[in-house]
Amino acid sequence: MKISMFHLMPHRELPDDFEERYHSVWVDPPFHELATPERVGDYYNWTLDELMHAADLGFDGICVNEHHQNAYGFMPGPNVMGGALARATRGQDVALVQMGATLPTTNPPIRIAEEYAMLDCISGGRLVAGMPLGTAMDANMGYGITPIEQRERYYEAHDLILKAWQSREPFPFNGKYTQLPMVNLWPRPVQTPYPPVWVPGMGSLSTWEFAADQGHCYCFLSYFGHARGKAVMDSFWEFMDSKEKELNPYRAGFLQLVAVSETDAQAEKDYEKHIKYFFEKCLHIAPEFTPPGHQDYRSLENNLRRMLSQQMSEQQRLSDWSFKDYVDNQYVISGGPASVRDQLEELIKSLRVGNLMLLLQIGSMPHELAMKNIELMATEVIPHIRHHWQDEWENHWWPERLRAGRQVNAEDGVAAVAGGS
Amino acid sequence: MAAVIERETSVWQGKVQSRALVAGEGPPLVFFHGAMGLNWDPFLDALAESFTVYAPEHPGTTPGNPDAIKPIDNLWDLVLSYYEVFDELGLDSPAVVGHSFGGMVAAEVAATNPSRVSRLALIDPVGLWRDDAPVANWMATAPQDLGPLLFADPTGPAAQMMAAPPPDPETGIQMALRTTWSLACTGKFVWPIPDKGLKKRLHRITAPTLILWGEQDGLVPSIYASDFEQAIPDAHIELISGAGHLPQMEQLEPTASAVKGFLSG
Repeated sequence: MKISMFHLMPHRELPDDFEERYHSVWVDPPFHELATPERVGDYYNWTLDELMHAADLGFDGICVNEHHQNAYGFMPGPNVMGGALARATRGQDVALVQMGATLPTTNPPIRIAEEYAMLDCISGGRLVAGMPLGTAMDANMGYGITPIEQRERYYEAHDLILKAWQSREPFPFNGKYTQLPMVNLWPRPVQTPYPPVWVPGMGSLSTWEFAADQGHCYCFLSYFGHARGKAVMDSFWEFMDSKEKELNPYRAGFLQLVAVSETDAQAEKDYEKHIKYFFEKCLHIAPEFTPPGHQDYRSLENNLRRMLSQQMSEQQRLSDWSFKDYVDNQYVISGGPASVRDQLEELIKSLRVGNLMLLLQIGSMPHELAMKNIELMATEVIPHIRHHWQDEWENHWWPERLRAGRQVNAEDGVAAVAGGS
Repeated sequence: MAAVIERETSVWQGKVQSRALVAGEGPPLVFFHGAMGLNWDPFLDALAESFTVYAPEHPGTTPGNPDAIKPIDNLWDLVLSYYEVFDELGLDSPAVVGHSFGGMVAAEVAATNPSRVSRLALIDPVGLWRDDAPVANWMATAPQDLGPLLFADPTGPAAQMMAAPPPDPETGIQMALRTTWSLACTGKFVWPIPDKGLKKRLHRITAPTLILWGEQDGLVPSIYASDFEQAIPDAHIELISGAGHLPQMEQLEPTASAVKGFLSG
């Protein structure tokens, strides 16, 4: 297994009646009513400290991502965070999983090739290059990208970035969306031919097809847990099988919300309100901010049929859920270390997933509690689950020099948690 | 009601297959529909009493051919492809009527090659932008908020007709799919701000032009009527009271007679 900590960098102190008073957490929440730049500075620094804590305690990787105009995640420049983390983890064998800089909204996209190469140089070849398509809220509403063109822009930007990393000679690039007279990237990434590429997705067939054809790792980024993720991942593996791809678990990544405490009862006390905050406030997203065209025709038809069959919207149902409901329905894995270990093992096996991203700072979770969650995860859970897949499969989608597993310095106050025991 | 026939058109080196609905008798009239897709309605029936109405569907919005939008990259391609549609339909210089997004297309077609349009009627067109009266973003508006944008009376019969539930679930899916995809395809030429330079081209229009506007249009406020009038050399305004963005639905009779009267003049 490769186990990374994922951070969204959310607003941690939205008002109790946020979802009644405000239209949407994304696109139009009024900054000055809800935040101050000084307090936001605390959030950024806590986020960096929490990710560093995970790095220090032996997580395999640390992940940041990109969102715009979004109170549940406001790292509009993930590579700004990545730069700070690359420097601060110098000498550590932890991966920088940038999940990542959004291709259609970065213009010209060569900027991503450059910044990722910088991160790979600063980190000495520890970068995982996430290549997200971007949500409608980010790309269409925040950055004005024409919805029906978003996916085509993505493919073009992807091809440009990969070519820029690999080409030995300068080349002109005559794309539909980007034209450059002479591409000659400075710097080049340490990893050859290029860093591992992870493609985040929400279960659409065209993304699977793309990941399979390109040989990239596909990451299913859902906030709704592994029970609901199972149907998607089963179809994913069927699809990979039909494409005659090796069913290497490291070909897939999965995001899971996890909250560990000393006991199951303590977990409920510690985490219930933060989990409710996450699902009730952070996911309070106005549906009209996904404009027509963001979904291709085939996905649109599938989704219209799915919506009809579901009858009741998820959001309505969630508002009455307690800690127990979230845990029983496996949206969140939470409890004492033993329960969390068992559930994560079940997830790993049932989804056949080799790259796990854990969201450990959830919603309003304060800094100290997030640090505790990270620490319990690192000391009580990860050592027991990281051996999975290790001897059977090679992780081609992990920086080569880090594949053997971490050698964490015991002086950090925590037992060594090197993989491959 | 006029007998409507379907004409297939194949343009852009055969890469764009679309459909035009055709009905009526009399001089040729081309109708460009709005962003939500073509719907043959009583307004088109009224025009068909005096004209042969050709209503082409914008690329990609014809059911069964969603990919026809792909070869048309931008507004320039769209405008040029419409001259090819005119050629296929055997139309040299027809009267042209356009509503909303279709009004912008009609104005672009009339401005780019003025000889292809004999008379022009624009109904609540998009295409211009004022910071003091921004056009509402119809692609990112919740369904429940559309009523006041589209109708002078959001509880009136026209609004009720639009909000009527589908007869069965499958029809509902097909209707939602069609409307959403029409918005997606037409959105290719206007997102995120429906101002693509038409203001620099309106002066080229030579066709006598009617600018017809629903007085209570909440989507494109009627203040835009005077901007169109000032920029187009031979233009005049008719405001329709008791109508919003869809005067042909909400005030059928005055709208149809104003358009027919002007085009026959």
